[in-house]
Amino acid sequence: MTVTVGTAAVEIDSVAVHFRSKKIDVTALREVSLDVAPGEFVSIVGPSGCGKSTLLKLVSGLLKPSSGKVRLLGDVVTGPRHDIGYVFQRAALLEWRSARRNILLQAEMRGMPDAGKRADELIEMTGLRGFEDALPHELSGGMQQRVALCRALLHRPRVLLMDEPFGALDALTREQMNVELHRIWRETGTTVLLVTHSIAESVYLSNRVVVMTPRPGAVQEIIDVDLPVERDYSETMALPKFSTAAAHIRELLGASMRP
Amino acid sequence: MDWLERSWRPVLLLVACLAVWQLVTTTGLIAPYLVPSPAATLDVLVEKQAYIWHHTWVTTYETVLGFLIAAVVGVLAAVAMVYSATIEKTLYPILLFAQVVPKIAIAPLFVVWLGFGLVPKVLVAVLIAFFPVVISMVTGLKSVDTEMLELASTMGGGPLKTFVKIRFPASLPHLFAGLKVAVTLAVTGAVVGEFVGANEGLGFVILQANGNIDTPMLFAGLIVMSLVGVLLFVLLELAERFMLPWHVSRRTSAVTTTI
Repeated sequence: MTVTVGTAAVEIDSVAVHFRSKKIDVTALREVSLDVAPGEFVSIVGPSGCGKSTLLKLVSGLLKPSSGKVRLLGDVVTGPRHDIGYVFQRAALLEWRSARRNILLQAEMRGMPDAGKRADELIEMTGLRGFEDALPHELSGGMQQRVALCRALLHRPRVLLMDEPFGALDALTREQMNVELHRIWRETGTTVLLVTHSIAESVYLSNRVVVMTPRPGAVQEIIDVDLPVERDYSETMALPKFSTAAAHIRELLGASMRP
Repeated sequence: MDWLERSWRPVLLLVACLAVWQLVTTTGLIAPYLVPSPAATLDVLVEKQAYIWHHTWVTTYETVLGFLIAAVVGVLAAVAMVYSATIEKTLYPILLFAQVVPKIAIAPLFVVWLGFGLVPKVLVAVLIAFFPVVISMVTGLKSVDTEMLELASTMGGGPLKTFVKIRFPASLPHLFAGLKVAVTLAVTGAVVGEFVGANEGLGFVILQANGNIDTPMLFAGLIVMSLVGVLLFVLLELAERFMLPWHVSRRTSAVTTTI
């Protein structure tokens, strides 16, 4: 694998996806192009069913585009990629494994030796200390999602894909998770591609926000969010830049929902 | 005590039944040659214990052997069907047909083919116990989260690791439900096998007692036979508790005590 310095971490080049079932043909994505720079945090927002999740599956190689090309870290994506971390809306933890062993699943599947120390670091970083031995059903939704995040970061992936990771959490927990995710992103320098329904979340976390059109999804506009690197949650929310960006995105989504 | 809390109701009901049984027999409401008294039944159980032990052992052996074969073959068939659509399409209709054929009616044929020994009894037990194992295992293997499997493919562990670490353990709760049904059916299978042609086993004991109108022995045989089924069922519950503490702890006790 050769990665040229300076190339985009993720390159989506005029990609389209059509699903064919017996009864109907659905175009999930038409002509999407997007470049994500290494270390960048990009959020994707858009109305339900616009193909946001499909876009992440394309980047991970879980899904093949009907046309167009996706490059991840310089290589064309042809099948499931192992150099990414993935977090879903549901934590998708193994019920019979403790939090720590759920995190270590990543290492076991990869045959990574000595992952224990790394797991402990992540447990510390995400505030899971003290819950290492708890089974998933003994953890709150927020805690479960932290475990899923640790599992996704264990192998130090250069690209982290997050599909509505905080969608099932209550508003307060969600804000806490946003703050933590932002901190973790700054500390790890990972490229993050986040799908979300929350405009506030997208603006708070990202360098850029991609607003998509309703199905068949296409990029409507890409908004640069120019917020300070160190962000206090409530202070950031009060910034004029924040509200301008949020209002703009809301307007775009509102406009795209009109007939 | 947890077990006391759970068992006093059925024990009370059992005692009540015994009392009614004692009452109808001692008052002469029902003739002793039709229904022997509990005392007479107990007498037989004690006096003829060597005889009963021998035949109980034979039936238990046939049952356990049949059950184990059904479990192994059933699990293997289920795995094959889940991993290969071709095998599923080929095997499933035949399995369904085999389930519809009354196994009790095939038993005499087995005697013709295989004689009066151990094999035809085990075979009937296998045939009866096999179906619930296959169905529960297929359901279990298919119950695994698609997101979990997608995650596994981004972890790059390959199909074998995915099976060992994710799919198989996830299917165990379903499998145990099937095994518990199967083990009680296996007892029936072994006894049916003995009915159609045997010179030992509890089925043989019952047929002989029937011929001699020896109702105390008939009752004794029935009781012992039921106890064998109950014992095997309880052993499976214990195995489940030991192997799946994470699952058992999540169920309510009401479910644990029902089949």
